Amino acid sequence: MTDDFLLETRGLTREFSGFTAVNKVDLRVRRHSIHALIGPNGAGKTTCFNLITKFLQPSSGAILLDGRDITRTKPADVARLGMVRSFQISATFPQLTSLENVEVALQRSLGRSFHFWRSKRTLAPLREQAMTLLDDVGLAFAANRVVADLPYGQKRALELATTLALNPEMLLLDEPTAGMGREDVARTVALIRRISPNRTILMVEHNLSVVADLSDRITVLARGEILAEGAYGAISTDPRVKEAYMGKGEPAHV
Amino acid sequence: MSKIPGALPARPAGSSLGVSRGLILVAVAAALLAAPFVFYPVMLMKVLCFALFATAVNLLLGYAGLLSFGHAMYFGGAAYVCAYARKELGWTPEASILAGVAFSAVFGLLTGLLSIRRSGIYFAMVTLALGQLFYFLCLQSPATGGEDGIQSVPRGLLFGALDLENNVTLYYFVLAVTGFGMLAAYRAINSPFGQILTAIRENEPRAISLGYRVAWFKALAFTLSAALAGLAGATKVLVFQLASLTDVSAPMSGEVVLMTLVGGMGTVLGPVVGAAIIVSMQNYLADVGEWLIVIQGLIFIATVSLFRRGVVGEIAARLRRGRGT
Ligand SMILES: Nc1ncnc2c1ncn2[C@@H]1O[C@H](COP(=O)(O)OP(=O)(O)OP(=O)(O)O)[C@@H](O)[C@H]1O
Ligand SMILES: [Mg+2]
Repeated sequence: MTDDFLLETRGLTREFSGFTAVNKVDLRVRRHSIHALIGPNGAGKTTCFNLITKFLQPSSGAILLDGRDITRTKPADVARLGMVRSFQISATFPQLTSLENVEVALQRSLGRSFHFWRSKRTLAPLREQAMTLLDDVGLAFAANRVVADLPYGQKRALELATTLALNPEMLLLDEPTAGMGREDVARTVALIRRISPNRTILMVEHNLSVVADLSDRITVLARGEILAEGAYGAISTDPRVKEAYMGKGEPAHV
Repeated sequence: MSKIPGALPARPAGSSLGVSRGLILVAVAAALLAAPFVFYPVMLMKVLCFALFATAVNLLLGYAGLLSFGHAMYFGGAAYVCAYARKELGWTPEASILAGVAFSAVFGLLTGLLSIRRSGIYFAMVTLALGQLFYFLCLQSPATGGEDGIQSVPRGLLFGALDLENNVTLYYFVLAVTGFGMLAAYRAINSPFGQILTAIRENEPRAISLGYRVAWFKALAFTLSAALAGLAGATKVLVFQLASLTDVSAPMSGEVVLMTLVGGMGTVLGPVVGAAIIVSMQNYLADVGEWLIVIQGLIFIATVSLFRRGVVGEIAARLRRGRGT
């Protein structure tokens, strides 16, 4: 059980025209755990996410999901394998309503997404589930609002609801609480905790109190390389970690 | 091409509008049925064919966010196939039209798969290049009649009974075909597929991250659009009894994009209004010759820079604002 890693990267490396953004990263995320990936700005966290979800092709290294090599898998197929990501810059469908945003994710399970001859009304059975998901993130009141009109924090919450709509086995959350007010952060933390049993979560987060609250294990990334790994207590007192943050002139904002 | 301004999906009106909406529909239907007794039917049919053609482009541009500059390929290609089947092979009008549509659908799928590998302006360039290639093939091929085209295509009997030589009969047939094509487009837009297509236009990476293989959605949208363009082109052959190089030319591809933009892309009625405006303008300004191109160019610039929503889009936006939503 201790060696049960759902996600594993081996020597994951990505270069951008000579600049190595991610350098030989060996990441192991234990099944049913919440694993935080932290590090100063530009450390390569988002690039790691892009590599793992195959939005970027690694320069070298391998990625294994549940023991299966997904290094050559297409990004849409990674999602179909049950690993779904969110984006650092909130990713929604702005001209659709909140409800429609969630429906887009839900309707994949119906297997009718190519049915161009059917009415959209055939999606009605999804409505109840979509409303429940919106309610979970505190957005039921905005169900019929066009997303472009929502404030940033609510867009983030919607993105989380949309991600959860796929009921993924593994979630990659890129700064899920960024841009949220205190209350929304608390709600999001509670929600992540609530959905975490039976799921595996890899999370990039700058808010260290959220990290302390939620994560079972933490990996610190700096300049594309793994600097330290361990539980919050060990990481927060590690002098190398402190230096990495200070050196960048970026004190950890708690 | 990821975000189209003013490309809102049609939203259902409030129930209080239900009755007046019903009345409007009846009035419009009556006007459409009476029209050939007031206006010159061939002119009306031309508007209808182009309205359908623009609807096809709108499906791709307004809902999938893909700008094609090669749609004359499917319009003109289907026109040649229909004209050839009708005149040289003696097929019935309905079978000839279906042959044209089938050609465009298959051809659309193949060329679509090629074009969607690029996005934005590069997509437009690939469609333009493919269109030019096809134009050249049509110019060289013996089956198309080269510079002359296929002329004097007999209209014949529809379903072996209705004489299409009668302009009014033909008008009703073209009206039915256009109505069918527009309903088909409307349904596709308001289907589960249409919802995913809109999502892809709005945020492609997000759609991918939700597990949608976007290439297949774009390919299907492209195929449907090509098939509808083919339906318009094949029907046009019966009206003018002619399939020619003009139908497959780049200016034809440009004109239909102009109609879509002027009318309002991403709206259901926009392509109809755009087609009516451009076709009647071409008709009334036939004397100005070369200047027509200049005038069309000015309209294009004005639309793109001042009325990005097009005529129907602007009206809809004003109505929405008026209702305070
Ligand atoms: N597509 C790209 N092309 C070139 N360089 C890139 C690209 N994507 C990321 N980088 C560079 O890689 C480095 C790591 O970026 P990344 O976005 O992964 O950092 P991060 O750890 O997510 O930072 P933040 O906390 O600010 O989100 C940065 O220096 C960035 O400029
Ligand atoms: Mg980042």
